[in-house]
Amino acid sequence: MSAQHTLPPLPYAYDALEPHISRQIMELHHTKHHQTYVNALNAAEIAYAKASTPKERIALQAALRFNGGGHINHSLFWENLAPASANGGVLRDGPLKEAIVSTFGSVETFQNTFNTTTAGIQGSGWGWLGLNPSSKRLEIVTTANQDPLLSHVPIIGVDIWEHAFYLQYLNVKANYLKAIWNVINFEEAERRYVEAINGSRL
Amino acid sequence: MSLQWQCTPPLLIFRNKLTLNSGDLAAPFHRPRDHMCGRVMTFDRGLVDVGLPSGSWSNALARTATMLSIARNSLRPTINRMRVARSASLHTLPELPYAYNALEPHISEQIMKLHHMKHHQTYVNGLNAAEEAYAKTPSMKEKIALQSALKFNGGGHINHSLFWKNLSPVNEDGGKLPQGPLKDALERDFGSVDEFKKRFNAATAAIQGSGWGWLGYSPATQKLEIVTTPNQDPLISHAPIIGVDIWEHAFYLQYHNVKADYLNAIWNVINFKEAEHRFLEAAE
Repeated sequence: MSAQHTLPPLPYAYDALEPHISRQIMELHHTKHHQTYVNALNAAEIAYAKASTPKERIALQAALRFNGGGHINHSLFWENLAPASANGGVLRDGPLKEAIVSTFGSVETFQNTFNTTTAGIQGSGWGWLGLNPSSKRLEIVTTANQDPLLSHVPIIGVDIWEHAFYLQYLNVKANYLKAIWNVINFEEAERRYVEAINGSRL
Repeated sequence: MSLQWQCTPPLLIFRNKLTLNSGDLAAPFHRPRDHMCGRVMTFDRGLVDVGLPSGSWSNALARTATMLSIARNSLRPTINRMRVARSASLHTLPELPYAYNALEPHISEQIMKLHHMKHHQTYVNGLNAAEEAYAKTPSMKEKIALQSALKFNGGGHINHSLFWKNLSPVNEDGGKLPQGPLKDALERDFGSVDEFKKRFNAATAAIQGSGWGWLGYSPATQKLEIVTTPNQDPLISHAPIIGVDIWEHAFYLQYHNVKADYLNAIWNVINFKEAEHRFLEAAE
């Protein structure tokens, strides 16, 4: 039997991302939504270990993908957010900034393109800045529902499920997408980028 | 320019297409035999699409088509020239059949206002824009590129239009399922009305992402069945009887993450009269 997954603690207080992401959203998002993915992933893995036929295992794949993806995606998400007091929103000169500017022209263009692409998802999903492992280029990619990002190394992920913003931004997801750049943890993003460029995950 | 002729008997569903180049188009040409119905239209670029009924009739019309070898400028003046119809009429947001607060306390006024005036309106606007772009472009590639916008916004418009109608306030018999053919069919196909609601809620809550739960009537099995569609996909495989929106915007402001509570509450405002009307129409 595989080890049970647990909800990772939030690296900051629930109200630390105010006013950009409200405490109410952070509490529900972490303690309810993410916790539910963890619980269901554990249940699905237990069932999978017990399953004795390919058919039973295949029948469990959707639950593993959905809940496993939900756990992966949200774990990455909490880490790539940071309060203003911990340099959230600050993109310092360095390899990540260079790569963004050289790929997208400017940081602003990158953010605008990211936001337009993410807002264009038809349903629930995630917007990602990812590193293409073959070309080693930064690319903006999306995944549907709780599909994890497999084609690229995830650098920054943004949750665009309605539960991520609705209580605060209602239907105006464009405002959420503008606001969230104030709390993106570019230091963590750069760590992921440097690790990916150096090939240790590829 | 286009040619059309009236068909007797009435036009049947077209399955085969015969595409001719504009150089082949000519008149005079013989009208196909009466039981063979077709319609010849030219589009602006001169391609001729001949809609044909399926089967061996198409061979006969193909032979007819090969007789069209006279240059296009000798067309008979009696043949009507009609512009190919271009843009479809604009879609509009249907009015809510009740006040925004009429479904309280089961669905809040705040949700109903946002859901109708913002979300549904956005689908209507998106659909109109997509249809306009689709009508304007001559490029097949662009048309295909527009398909997802048509499906998403068209589906959103269809689904929400059905939704408002299959809800009604408690004081207009929302939630009441009278004795009648729908109740009988639910009991026949699910064992009991409670069992139906339980299964419907379980299936709808289990959607992995955004989507809709449906009670649908299957023309194939002639039974009521519970079906789900993802995102804004419309229900095509069944006749929609009752639809329930499980996108988070449909409930989150009031129920937060506890969608089970929303799904329990909504049965108090389901418009079973409308549902029965749809069922009778579908089942005939």
